[in-house]
Amino acid sequence: MKELIQKAASLLESNTVQVIIGYGKGSVDRTRAIFIIHAADCEQLIFDSRCIQNLAVYLTKAEIKKMGKPAIVAPIPVLRSILQLAAENQIVDGNVVVLGVSPESELIEFESLAAIETYLSTKQIAIEEKYRATIESIKVLPVSERFAFWVKELELCFKCYACRAACPLCYCTRCTVESNQPQWISVASHPLGNLEWHVMRAMHLAGRCTDCEACYNACPMGIPINLLTKSMLQDVSDNFGTYGPSLSKDNTLSSFKPDDKESFIR
Amino acid sequence: MNMNEFEPKIVAFVCNWCTYAGADLTGTSRIKYAQNVKIIRFPCTGRIDFMLLLKSFGEGADGIIVSGCHPNDCHYTSGNFHARRRWIMFRGLLDFLGIDVRRIQYSWVSAAEGAKWADVVNTTVTAIRELGPYTDYAKVAGYLEKEGTV
Repeated sequence: MKELIQKAASLLESNTVQVIIGYGKGSVDRTRAIFIIHAADCEQLIFDSRCIQNLAVYLTKAEIKKMGKPAIVAPIPVLRSILQLAAENQIVDGNVVVLGVSPESELIEFESLAAIETYLSTKQIAIEEKYRATIESIKVLPVSERFAFWVKELELCFKCYACRAACPLCYCTRCTVESNQPQWISVASHPLGNLEWHVMRAMHLAGRCTDCEACYNACPMGIPINLLTKSMLQDVSDNFGTYGPSLSKDNTLSSFKPDDKESFIR
Repeated sequence: MNMNEFEPKIVAFVCNWCTYAGADLTGTSRIKYAQNVKIIRFPCTGRIDFMLLLKSFGEGADGIIVSGCHPNDCHYTSGNFHARRRWIMFRGLLDFLGIDVRRIQYSWVSAAEGAKWADVVNTTVTAIRELGPYTDYAKVAGYLEKEGTV
């Protein structure tokens, strides 16, 4: 960790960056995002297994952009999000310094965004076996029971939109759920609006989600919304053979192949 | 129409250039087909937002038809290719959520396929009639409404 603190401090001292986005002490024994602008404060940086928030979410925020060029502490899930943001032209090479953190908590420096892709190529997204089993167990239910299962799960949602706020890829500055002329999705905790909101959220992440689980971790009710995105990730791989973010490949839903296969169109 | 028999409400989202013209041809060819379908015309299948399909179920549709130009025939070159990918993803998600994907019929109907349009509508209406009203979704959509109104 010393390495990270030293590197961050030197970046600020040399004025290479103006703000460090990292993890610091939060309330009780939790960690939170901190934004450091003075080299002396870099001592506050911490990194351990509690650091699960996806910091990439701040890279697209106007408030953070105003602070100047950022450096960001990036464990693997954050690296994947950064790569996806870059693929969507939300981050430009040279506008952010990425302080990668390996699973062994070692500091990795990246010269370019392409270097992140090279590093991640050996660390492909893999859906854990327990999640695969859960998804399978839902898929085998009769359609009515599956519907009942999800209506019951989504019943807990009261649309705090924490899932949206936590997701680095939900960076639109205007969102359908805030539009009320007409009101597309009921703001009340109504089962129809809840269902529509989660369908919309999942669809807007189709082929983009990097499985960081920030949405699931942020949900105050513990709704397994990560199952939706994981199931879609599986669908993307089954149907189009692509998996995970890449600078060279087009996004699943913004591209096509004339011979895409399906079996349900007459 | 027999008032006691269940008549499915079907909403059809079709593209202006192929299926809408195809449905027009069905009419001018004087081919009779089921009256249950309400056709909504879009510039292109690529314009058919997935939320519109969900909204139809929310508003009481029992079945949905989505139809446009055959692959390689899109008026805008690639709108239907993009739509096809979206449908593949959307269908997978809906199926996982337990929304009955048998109630959404996708098809390619060209401007020359008036007979195919009649057939698509007729077979969809028959299939939905067998499935019955979409009560699962209606219950969710009508939550908090007075009993008996759904």
